[in-house]
Amino acid sequence: MTRWAMVADLRRCVGCQTCTAACKHANATPPGVQWRRVLDIEVGEYPDVQRAFVPVGCQHCDEPPCADVCPTTATKKRDDGIVTIDYDICIGCAYCAVACPYQARTKTMRAGFAYGQASEHEVQRRDDTRLAVATKCTFCVERIDDGLARGLTPGVDPEATPACVNACISEALSFGDLDDPDSNVSRALAENQHFRMHEELGTGPGFFYLWDRKNTESAA
Amino acid sequence: MTFGPNPWQQASWDWRAACNFMAGGAGSGLVVCAALADSPAWLLAAGAGVIAFGLFAVWLELGRPWRSWRVIRHGARSWMSREALVAPLLFAAVAAAWFGMPGASWAAALLALVFVTCQARLLQAAKGIPAWREPRLVPLLVFTALAEGIGAWLVLSAASAVPHRIWISFAIVLMARLALWHAWRRNVRTAPRASAAIDAAGTVFKLATLLPLAAALVALASPLSDGPARALQALAGALALGGGLWFKYTLVTRAGFNQGFALPHLPVRGVPRRQEA
Repeated sequence: MTRWAMVADLRRCVGCQTCTAACKHANATPPGVQWRRVLDIEVGEYPDVQRAFVPVGCQHCDEPPCADVCPTTATKKRDDGIVTIDYDICIGCAYCAVACPYQARTKTMRAGFAYGQASEHEVQRRDDTRLAVATKCTFCVERIDDGLARGLTPGVDPEATPACVNACISEALSFGDLDDPDSNVSRALAENQHFRMHEELGTGPGFFYLWDRKNTESAA
Repeated sequence: MTFGPNPWQQASWDWRAACNFMAGGAGSGLVVCAALADSPAWLLAAGAGVIAFGLFAVWLELGRPWRSWRVIRHGARSWMSREALVAPLLFAAVAAAWFGMPGASWAAALLALVFVTCQARLLQAAKGIPAWREPRLVPLLVFTALAEGIGAWLVLSAASAVPHRIWISFAIVLMARLALWHAWRRNVRTAPRASAAIDAAGTVFKLATLLPLAAALVALASPLSDGPARALQALAGALALGGGLWFKYTLVTRAGFNQGFALPHLPVRGVPRRQEA
């Protein structure tokens, strides 16, 4: 089996938002909609303050609450762990949006353009099937499927890897198969201490955050 | 809108969704009470009409309303599908009662209870909202609906005498909803602004529970003369109804804060590139 997952190394993320821009470029999301966001979090009080940059988005959960609540079965989880939305079935009730603990879903009611009127590329990439329905990060599923069909390895070959991972300037993001013990994500998780967001909710996110090496004396 | 890390009020469901929970609860409660009191069929129809209004309101919120028939496709898991599946059965039972079919009003009452339970479970299944996902919300919403329904029945039946069993049911339901509110509130861990909204609505809710409860006890203990009894009946009913509606409106539109993002560990800075590690 295959279980696609993403790993964000919080020690390496510099908050440049290149992943956000790459996602918007690859997926043509409208203004205000970011499938890949990077939070800028400050913790503590002056002068003892720490800052962390945290990439967030759809966590492609093992037990996705969005899929359970979806009344139309538009949201589904594939066998490889990717949570998808069928825009032709979704009725735009936004139940999934309130059920998602990661605020990963958006519903856009009307087409929006970066500078008021549609520019040439916005006209070309306009997709009205995504209006008034739920949208979210897809892990660039078309790239993965197309890459696999061409014999490529997602997470290794850029043509088969999510755009945000390809774009990451500090190699903070990585993507791969959790069920393959030799994949880049499996090795990263084996070598580092990690957590998943809101793990207590039992959603089983497919998005891991590295925060320190294993067995180091300098653990915070 | 800011995107965390601190919680913010969900913006996906507004007053239209709130109307569904408000009208669905009150209408279901009215159907149950009307059956319990062996009322004329128009009271059952009024309850069904209120439920239909709530469903129409939430239909207005759909992004793709003309596909709304698809809402019934996921009855196996989704409480929204189940709500949509039960509603036509409830309307059919009310229609049957209207045409005098024996036992139909009891079937309608049972289906109304199922409908309001679906609504409560629907809200509780929203894992992204701490105030909604607390399991005690389910019985709280069901008993709030029953209190609202009896309240609406008292208002609509103000021209006639109230049977004792209705006052007794009213008192029991009000006590239960008060106890359940406290149990739910104790266990809700949500954002400070959501807590403030809940507590503000809670003050109204508690008053709108205790005052009708007192009225029910007065009515049971010392039968008043006709005029004051009717006034007390209408006032108690309106309070029980209004308090419940205001609580649900607040719950959806003001207490629906998500839990934001949280880091259980901060990153330890300074690592070599992965292939060099």
